[in-house]
This record gives sequence, C-alpha cells and structure tokens, in this order.
Amino acid sequence: MHVPDGFFDAPVSIGAGVVAAGGIAVCLRGARGELDDRTAPLAGLGAAFVFAAQMINFPVAAGTSGHLMGGALAAILVGPYAGVLCISVVLLVQMLFADGGVSAYGINVTLMALTGVLVGYGVFRLVTALLPGNVPRRTAVTAASFLGALVSVPASALVFVGLFALGGTADLSLGTVTTAMLGVHVLIGIGEGVITAVTVGTVAAVRPDLVYGLRGGSAPLEIRGARPVEA
Amino acid sequence: MNRNGRFLLAFLLVALVVAGVVSFYASGDPDGLTKVAEDKGFIEQEKDHALKDSPLGDYAVSGVDDERLSGGLAGVVGVGITAVVGGGLFWAVRRRGGAQGGARDQRG
Repeated sequence: MHVPDGFFDAPVSIGAGVVAAGGIAVCLRGARGELDDRTAPLAGLGAAFVFAAQMINFPVAAGTSGHLMGGALAAILVGPYAGVLCISVVLLVQMLFADGGVSAYGINVTLMALTGVLVGYGVFRLVTALLPGNVPRRTAVTAASFLGALVSVPASALVFVGLFALGGTADLSLGTVTTAMLGVHVLIGIGEGVITAVTVGTVAAVRPDLVYGLRGGSAPLEIRGARPVEA
Repeated sequence: MNRNGRFLLAFLLVALVVAGVVSFYASGDPDGLTKVAEDKGFIEQEKDHALKDSPLGDYAVSGVDDERLSGGLAGVVGVGITAVVGGGLFWAVRRRGGAQGGARDQRG
C-alpha cells in the first residue's frame, strides 16, 4: 500500500500532509489517556512488531502480494490514538529503507494510520457491541479484530481512489482503478484479518490486562476519568 | 525479571525473528498497489525515492553482499530503530504518576 513519490500532485500531497499533521497532533494529546508506565513500552514494541510484520509480503492472487498495514492491530492492542502514532512512526522509519515516498508521507499516514485505525477500530467496536453477551469476551475480541482489520484494508484502498480522483498524476477511469484496488485489497484484507486476530488473540490469552480492546468498552474514546483494568 | 519485563522481551524477540529471519521467505511479487499501478499503466509516474541510496535502501544493508544476511540485518536494525523511536515517543507522552491496577517496576 505504500504510496511512492510521483503518484499525486502537489496540492493533494500537501493537503494530506496537513491532515496527517493535524491527526498526529490530536493523537499526541489523546495517547496520554491511553498510555501509562505499564503500557507505554508495549506501544513502542507494538510499533516494532508492525514494522517487522510489514516485511512479510504474502501472496494473494496471481503475481500479487500484500502485507499487514497494522492500524487495527495497533489500535486494539494499545488504543486508537496511540495506534495512529504507532503506524506513523513505522512509516517514518520505513523512509530510511526507501519504502513510501517522502513527499507522500502525509498520504501514507492518511491511508494507513488514520483510515486504518478509524475504520479498523470503529468496526472492532461495532462488532464487540453487537455480539451477544454470552460470547466469551476473548472470543468476541478476537472475532472483532479479524473483521475490523479485514474491512480497514479495502477502506484505505477506497480513500486512495478518492485522493487519486482529486489529484492523481495519471488520467484514468475511476471505475477501473476502484475495481482493481478494491478487488486486490479485499484479499489482502483477509490476510490482515488473520494476522491481527492471531496476534490479538495470543496477547489476550497471555496478558489480557495489556489489551486495550479488552478494557471497559462502553466509552471507548473517553480520555478523562478512571478506566477500569480487568484483572 | 518481572512478568511485564518477560512479556515485553518475548514480544521483542518475536519481532526480531520475524524481521531478521522470516522476512527472507516473504513473497517478492509486487504488492497490491504496485500491481494495480502496473496493470493500469500509472507505475511510470513513480519517482525515484529521495533516500534510495540510503545505507538501508530496499531493506538491504549496503556493503553486505549475502542477500539473506543483508535483508535480515536490515530487518533487525529497522525493528531496533522503531522500538527506540516509538518507545521514546510513548514514554514521553504517557500519563505520569503510576499505572492503575498495580504498577510494577518496568526496569526490574
């Protein structure tokens, strides 16, 4: 999904940069409510884990591959604000590896960090709220992780198409790009869902107290006030 | 080492093994966006990366010829940099004054 330099014109690149900067600023404030002495190191390692997992391209269809984006995973493990920061740090470090254009950093943050977390975590919350109460909490969280992660990838692909319509540097039929992007990214989304569910499920089995998505649940974005931590 | 420390160490080790060893077996096929760009003919819009000659460009360490070693080292370095940058950032923005639900010493 990493957008290289040259795919978007300057106005869209700069506009996405402003959106990304605003989003990161909001998340720097919001992450304070999610992280404490115990969970801050987990968030740092969560970013490192996403970096590692993004190196694993898995085959999805004839001659195509995909890799984890990680927005849903990071948000469920450490919280949505910290999750956006996790992916933004990963994208920044990846520039040293010539992965993801420098002028496209704002676009990549918008696609993978902001959209990935908003949609991935939003669907995760929706699914956990809709599942019947007799489903064991850990099962519910694992299933919701799969769905949230799955949906987040085609959602990012759709935002890419939207930005491409605004300021893509090639003149293409939007229908063609939409179909092509959605088709392959639904398949990549299944891989995203599997990796996310396995990782969240494993951490939830070993250290449920560290999984943000297992906490409370009625007021997911509440910053102030005590948030109960399950034992 | 306490329970938290052991968990974090195990998490780090998994990331290092994934980036340092498993990454060698990753698919070399173009990813979804690159494939669409190739098929729909806008891949030629791509410009060279500003840091393409970086010592870590394309997930290889320049000067290390063995492909497996070079890619694995790049992955380990990347995990290390991400952990330090991310960890430093999150440590700086965390809520101070002890964790709820039983703070344990991180460095124990």
